[in-house]
Parts: sequence; C-alpha cells; structure tokens
Amino acid sequence: MSLEQEKTAETPKPVGKFGNLFITLYNVFGFIGRFFREAFLPPYEFKELMRQCYEIGYRSALLISTTGFITGLVFTKQSRPSLSEFGATSWLPSLVGIALLRTLAPLLTGLIAAGKVGSSIGAELGSMKVSEQIDAMEVSATNPFKFLVATRVLAATITMPILTFYTAMVGMLGALLNVSVNEGTSATTFFQSALENITYLDIIASTVKAIIFGFTIAIVGCYQGYHSSKGTEGVGKAANSAVVTAMFLIFVEEVVCVQIFSLFNT
Amino acid sequence: MTAKDMTDFSAEKVIEIKALNKAFGSYQVLEGANLDLYKGENLVVLGKSGTGKSVLIKIIVGLLRPDSGLVNVLGHKVDEISYQELLDLRLRIGFSFQNSALYDSMTVRDNLEFPLVRNRKDLTKPEVNALIEEMLDAVGLAQTINQMPSELSGGQRKRIGIARTLILKPEIMLYDEPTAGLDPITSKEINKLINDVQERYHTSAIVITHDLTCAKEVGNRVAMLMERRFERQGSFEDIFNSGDQLAQPFYDYNFIQ
Repeated sequence: MSLEQEKTAETPKPVGKFGNLFITLYNVFGFIGRFFREAFLPPYEFKELMRQCYEIGYRSALLISTTGFITGLVFTKQSRPSLSEFGATSWLPSLVGIALLRTLAPLLTGLIAAGKVGSSIGAELGSMKVSEQIDAMEVSATNPFKFLVATRVLAATITMPILTFYTAMVGMLGALLNVSVNEGTSATTFFQSALENITYLDIIASTVKAIIFGFTIAIVGCYQGYHSSKGTEGVGKAANSAVVTAMFLIFVEEVVCVQIFSLFNT
Repeated sequence: MTAKDMTDFSAEKVIEIKALNKAFGSYQVLEGANLDLYKGENLVVLGKSGTGKSVLIKIIVGLLRPDSGLVNVLGHKVDEISYQELLDLRLRIGFSFQNSALYDSMTVRDNLEFPLVRNRKDLTKPEVNALIEEMLDAVGLAQTINQMPSELSGGQRKRIGIARTLILKPEIMLYDEPTAGLDPITSKEINKLINDVQERYHTSAIVITHDLTCAKEVGNRVAMLMERRFERQGSFEDIFNSGDQLAQPFYDYNFIQ
C-alpha cells in the first residue's frame, strides 16, 4: 500500500466521534498488521536495525542507570521500617529482588523508554514526514515503512528486555549499597538472598512484559510520527501523543500481564 | 534571454493524462485535466500557488491517488498497478522536491548512496563511489560529499536533491518548484542544471513553477494550469506573445513588476 493509499483510507469522514474512533482503531491495527507483513520479509535492513538497537540502548542507558539505582536504594530504605517491626530485615534482599524483577524494572524501563525513545521516534518520523523525507524515500523506490518503522519497532522490542534486566541489576546495586551500609551485609550474601526466591516464571514474565512494552513504545511512536501533519505543530503533537499514549498503554498492559501471570503462579 | 526552441520531439508519449480529477474534501483541485509529456522534452507547468501543480506530479509518481481519469506513465496506469510495480516504476522516475527533502541525519554521500544501494544491488562499492562522484560532479558540488544537509545553502540543497534523483538514471524527471526561494543568480544556475540534465541524460521532464524566467529558460513547451485544468499549451512565445487574456496577467506580474 502506498503512502497516499493509506492517507486516503485515513481521510476523516463525517461519521461522528465514535465513527472516528473506529476509523482510528482500524488504521492502528492496519499499521500493526503492516509491520508484521513487512518486518519479516526481505529485503532486510540489518544495518539500520543494528544502528537503532545501539541508539535506543545507548540513548536510554544513563537515565535508566540513574533511575534504577535510586529506585533500588529508596525502595530498600522505605521497606526497612515495616520489615524491622517484625524483625525481618534479613528478607530485604529477597523482597527487593522480587519487586524489581517482577514489576519495578519492566515498568520503570518502559516508562523511561516511553519518554526518551517514544518521543524521539515520534518527533524524528514526524519531522521527516512534514519535510517530505518519507515521500522522498517512497519516490526513490525505497519502502520507507520497512526502513523507518520496521527497524525501530524491532530494535525497541529486542532492546527492551536487555534494558529491563540491566535496570534490575542496577536497582539491586542500589539496594546492596543501602543494605550493606545499614546491615553490613556482604555482596555475596545479598545476591544469594535476593536471587534464591526468583523463579523462572518471574524471569519469563519480566521478559514478556519488556517485549510488549518495547513493541508498544516503538509502534505508538512510529504511528504518531508517520501520520503527523500540520508542520512543526504536528511534530510536537506527534512526540507528545507518542509519550502519553505509550505510557497509558504500558500501565494497561502491566495490569493485564500481572493478571495473566498470576494464574500461572497459583 | 531567449526561450528554448520547440524542437521536434518524438511523438512517443512518456506520460499521458486524460480527464484527471482530484479533490481534497470539497475542494476540487483538478477537473478534467489533460496533459501529455513527449519523450525528450522539458514541459513546464505554470500556474499560481494552490492551483494543483504539485498535486499533479505527486499523482504521476503515485504519492497521491487520482479520484478519476487516466494517468499513464511509461505505459503503466499508476493507480492500477501493485505497490511493487509502483516501486519498480518509480526507479524510472526522478522527483526533485520543492524543499529538496534531503535526509537530514545523513551526509551528502549517504543521501546519494541511499537509493543506490537499495535498488542497484549489482553494483560494487567502487562502482557506487564512482557514481556518487559522477553525480556530484554533474551538479558541481563534489566538495560537499562529507557535509551534512544543514551545512548547505538552499541552492546547494536543490542541487544535491537533483543529484540524488539522477543517481538512479531516471527516464523522467519531475521538478517541483526548482527555483522557489532562490536568488536570481542561483535560480539561473538551477535552470542551467535542468537543461544540462536534459542534454546529458536524455531525460523527459515536467517542471512545476510559477517563475516565468525558469519557464522561458528550461521549457520546450509550456502548459498553463488555471481553473483546475490546462487552459493553454504551446511554446512560451505562443502563449505569452499572443496577447492572451488569461496568460497576460501572469507575464505582466513576472516581467513588468
């Protein structure tokens, strides 16, 4: 489907708010469907995929390190008084390990990536759209969807699980700092205690959530950027919508995933 | 300044447009428009802003769909072929954008390399480099090869945009307002470049403009787009030296003011 064929399909019709909602949903699912059709068929854009993986990982690493470390540190500090009432401060590493891996790391990484990566994708593609760079790819017989969208969505989907486990690790380091200062616990004891209650299901759940969040962030950013209009105002709106929509969807997905994986836990 | 001769071009039509209609919502842009482009000629499409000149060439290259009418490009009906066939057809058509549309995250070299490595997989790295150098030489900007688009002037960006288009050796060139926003000297250089491209690469071209100097210098034939259709077609002299009531205000504005 050419760019204009998509545009034509998206021309708003006077069908009221509900009608427009259904048209938008139809277009979004069409966009996702096109991703699955185009991402796995040749020609492949390996070089661009690798560049995007590096960009997404590198662009988020510093912020994720800082946030993860502080979260681990603060979470441990805030949890101590409650546990010490029951004389259970020795459970701190285990509590932090489970909390970080099951929920905090995927959620934190997802939210940070939504702000950092989602806005960047939305703004970049939006700016390419309004300056006709996407049209320029079209007319030079290159499929811009494959080059711009498929690579970014794949890269975010691949990179997010790596970033999530990195966040969990950095968060544990923050917790270790707090625990070793207050309890004098060694690193070996801390990690043994933190990891002994983590199950394969926790790791799988965390990975699945990270994959879903990565896919969501990139597909939302790409959709908003690819369909932006009205010049620089449109670019700003695309970036903003990319972040807000992705963050909202991440919370919804978190709730759904927790419900689904809790079934396996029981 | 003299207009180009109406050379006797081959009767072979490379683009044939019949009864073309296009509207955006309730705004009718083109209505029953007819136009032919013959092999080897530079056809200038003149018209005021907002008359649908750019829409016309975007329809030709398949970026916009016509509401009705025939658009036949190099023997293919652009609104009836598959996406892959459209991509193949686009290899034979060059499109130079009004704002150049250079990929601003890439250097000049990467901009030129981008369409080449994706569409000419048979070429070796040295051949790709040689083609890039040839195209940059053709537009007189070999020294900018490692520069970013943001470091180039408006005229240089236009030239690089044309070089990027030419690198696939298209049979048809579509220029969208090639001199818009440029000073008269740079405009003259761009006009010369358009003529050089026609001569050197034997392209057929549609040049969209509202600049009569450009029309006079590059056009073998002129078509005036007014009131949603092509009201006048012929040589520059035929249209503007005949005291035509429709064309005259356009001439007066460009050359007398």
